[in-house]
Amino acid sequence: MTVSTDILIVGAGQGGAQVAISLRQGGFEGSITMVGDEPDAPYDRPPLSKDYLAGEKTVDRLSLRKPEFWQEKAVDLCLGARVVTIDADSHQATTDQGRTYHYGKLIWAAGGFARPLSIPGGDHAGIHVIRTRAQVDQLRSEAETAQNIVIIGGGYIGLEAAAVLIKQGKKITLLEAEDRVLARVAGADISAFYEAEHRRQGVDIGTGVGVTHLTGENGRVKSVVLANGDELTADLVIAGIGLVPNKDVMEAAGAKCSNGVDVDDLCRTSLADIFSIGDCACHKNSYADGVHLRVESVPNAVGQAKAVASVILGAPKPFTDVPWFWSNQYDLKLQTAGLNHGYDETLLRGDPASRSFSLLYLRKGQIIAVDAVNMIKDFMAGKKLVAQAIVVDKAQLADTEIPLKSFVV
Amino acid sequence: MAKLHVLTSDGTETILNGDVDTSVLEIMQDAGNSDLMALCGGCCSCATCHVYVDEQWLSAVGAVSEDEGDLLDSSDHKKNNSRLACQVKMTDALDGLRVMIAPED
Repeated sequence: MTVSTDILIVGAGQGGAQVAISLRQGGFEGSITMVGDEPDAPYDRPPLSKDYLAGEKTVDRLSLRKPEFWQEKAVDLCLGARVVTIDADSHQATTDQGRTYHYGKLIWAAGGFARPLSIPGGDHAGIHVIRTRAQVDQLRSEAETAQNIVIIGGGYIGLEAAAVLIKQGKKITLLEAEDRVLARVAGADISAFYEAEHRRQGVDIGTGVGVTHLTGENGRVKSVVLANGDELTADLVIAGIGLVPNKDVMEAAGAKCSNGVDVDDLCRTSLADIFSIGDCACHKNSYADGVHLRVESVPNAVGQAKAVASVILGAPKPFTDVPWFWSNQYDLKLQTAGLNHGYDETLLRGDPASRSFSLLYLRKGQIIAVDAVNMIKDFMAGKKLVAQAIVVDKAQLADTEIPLKSFVV
Repeated sequence: MAKLHVLTSDGTETILNGDVDTSVLEIMQDAGNSDLMALCGGCCSCATCHVYVDEQWLSAVGAVSEDEGDLLDSSDHKKNNSRLACQVKMTDALDGLRVMIAPED
């Protein structure tokens, strides 16, 4: 069966949804089809490791729009289907259900999947990842009866899950291979603060800890065995060890790919009429000194979606906003502006013991990123300072008596 | 159910029905309004659901929290009646509330 569609959006996440929304807002009247491999209409992913995991947010409230919205906007949702081949020359894409779309433009917004544990025993039942609503439903249901939970990976996902589950009275052990949590994304002051906070809340954190394998019983995980020989009892394991971008289908179609699908500043891939956005799109980022990278965040996916819509609507506008992120753990609101790639210095504003402070990242004296903990003012001002690529006197910068926003030009 | 009047910057006014205890943002999104980006999903971590509350309703919607105030302070379009739509909960007393979409920063 072949179906013609002016716009084929592959991926029904936040980025894909925004392409459709922005096109309709801009008066686009052509046909739009959105194919998603999950059974769900577009929903908000960040709460999965936060208030949705905690059971404080319902599935209805996770949805970006009511189901009828997509119908009203004439967006044809094809859910539970995966695009498996693309023929860029003939402008055709085929799903795993055998349906072929003949498209005018294709937007590859397929995101990625949670990196699976690739160690012996990593495929036992009882081992979970946090990426989709269905995965988190499964996790929540099994967590009800679990007592000993081991979280592998001390990134945002692992720490957020730990913060939720420790509050449910579970025994939580969190293991990180690097010598500190958040090692790849934040400075040492932030890592030390979050390690201390999680320990204070009762989470047992092990850093510099390698995991060699997992043992099982009747196919179900039983323990986690560490490189030093220690064995930790586990009736549930969560792996939060990063995202693998979905790029294989694009690569097979001939698109230039690196750590993701390579795109230019208007999210165009190397293939005619094919764009890529969101977690899987690898782009040259001016906030990372021109390094090619992927940015895994909602603001990035939405901003890139709007850029693609602008091209299709005939008024191209690249997405150039400062990247930003957030992470909620306990009563701590961490907000990050900018990308700290290649920072050569950090500056602390305020005292972490007060639970309200920020860490500025500098490269050659220039402010390139800010991590703000319960310090919204510094986050908001920091975003502007990063955008303005400002160099400020360091002594003044560390002086909390001087509001960060006073440095904004 | 309570009524929410939403004005866009071009002067169009729509009247939406919303459940009490849901936020102004949620009522708008449920009605299919996509004028607010609401990038953080409504957890008071950004300022992309900025609205102006009709002066007449300003006291009724209650006080701005410190977090919300800090987020709004950074907007170039902040006014005395600025609010984040995710932080205003609909109540019976707010039946008929009017808000206007603020320009994007």
